[in-house]
Amino acid sequence: MLALFVRDLRLGIRAGGGALVGVLFFLAVVAVVPFGVGPDLNLLARIGPAILWVGALLASLLGLDRLFQAEREDGSLDLMILAESRHMLALTVLVKCLAHWTASVLPLVIASPLLGLFMNIEPVGIAATSLTLLVGTPAIAFIGAVGAAVAVALPRGGLLVSVLVLPLAIPVLIFGVSAAYGAVNDPNPFLPPFLILVALTLFFAVIGPFAAALALKSGAD
Amino acid sequence: MDLANPTRFIALADRLVPWLAALSAIALAVGLWLAFNAPQDYQQGITVRIMYIHVPFAWLAMMCYSIMSLSALGTLVWRHPLADVSLKAAAPIGAAFTLLALITGSIWGKPMWGTWWVWDARLTSVFVLFMMYLGVIALTRALDDPGRSARAAAIVTLVGFINIPIIKFSVDWWNTLHQPASVIRLDGPTIHPSMLWPLLICAVGFSLLFFTLHLMAMRTEIWRRRVAAMRRIAARSADRQEA
Repeated sequence: MLALFVRDLRLGIRAGGGALVGVLFFLAVVAVVPFGVGPDLNLLARIGPAILWVGALLASLLGLDRLFQAEREDGSLDLMILAESRHMLALTVLVKCLAHWTASVLPLVIASPLLGLFMNIEPVGIAATSLTLLVGTPAIAFIGAVGAAVAVALPRGGLLVSVLVLPLAIPVLIFGVSAAYGAVNDPNPFLPPFLILVALTLFFAVIGPFAAALALKSGAD
Repeated sequence: MDLANPTRFIALADRLVPWLAALSAIALAVGLWLAFNAPQDYQQGITVRIMYIHVPFAWLAMMCYSIMSLSALGTLVWRHPLADVSLKAAAPIGAAFTLLALITGSIWGKPMWGTWWVWDARLTSVFVLFMMYLGVIALTRALDDPGRSARAAAIVTLVGFINIPIIKFSVDWWNTLHQPASVIRLDGPTIHPSMLWPLLICAVGFSLLFFTLHLMAMRTEIWRRRVAAMRRIAARSADRQEA
């Protein structure tokens, strides 16, 4: 399992892996917003956490269709399915999700404080936004694994993954953003939405890999 | 009777559909007539009549997704041959009812709340339901092989089922603009009988309409698959004759 994690991580970071493209896409999305709404720093400070969250959501959807695609093309996906008796397939999917998250989403989280600075968010807000991104984005990867596993056999599956995953990722977005706002705006609480966000991540860490494993098994021919 | 056999299912559907259609027409006629003669609300005036179609649409939107989830279980667990036909046939009908619930709701919301749309929990979760219907529809039609797209759609449907309890309890869990449940409650309905009865009859009528449409769509889907299979056989034999 550790070997699989390291292998996926290497493949993701290496040239052509697409991990860096996600970060660039995130930067581009966030940089476009001030042009759209105008460079009013007060407004940007207010909507900043939401922009960072939406940008991270879109950027982490970007690489999802490649989660199982390369394995399917070179046949190693079938080997992973056949190795079910030694390694549970759901566990394999979980490790692949974690590797995908480390390679292509963790850089976004690391880059988010800098972008928060550009958005004129106050320091507490930046810390809260980065923390919620750190805790919440794995849930998107786990949900996305279901979409990726379902779409792995489809021609032009990439767009369909986003369509299938986005509705399910909305709760994550809602609680992530409300926790980030709770840290800044005084009457709103920080802890309850944050704990719900943690619960969502843990919940999808169980549901996602199992459903994805089921989809991979039924999609294999 | 063995309903797993498509031919027997079609025979049963042929016999049931006219009766169901007639029953739903009668129930809808009675229900809508009662709805137009029900007392007006002392605050909402005549716009309260939107309730008699809005509420059944919303119920059916959720019921249809529940039926699709049962069909998904039927596909994945019991391998029932008609379960994926049921799922595929129900998805567009459910999407239509969800859209109608959203539209009638926003027509009702404009005079009552003063806005077409608010992002409160109930409305947002129903909107998410609509998007999930569209995703499932796209998925069921994305592959040529009906068996494989059926299993993929079944898995997505089951994962999306977590939205249904969220819709049902969203008005209790969060303070929303949408009013809380007033018919299906533990301590009995809080709605006056003069409005409850037309509503229930309308709901029965629309449910019968749903089952009619669902059976018809399932029948059509079975015929469509047979036509596709026959075309393949014909193409193959024509190929052989040429060779």
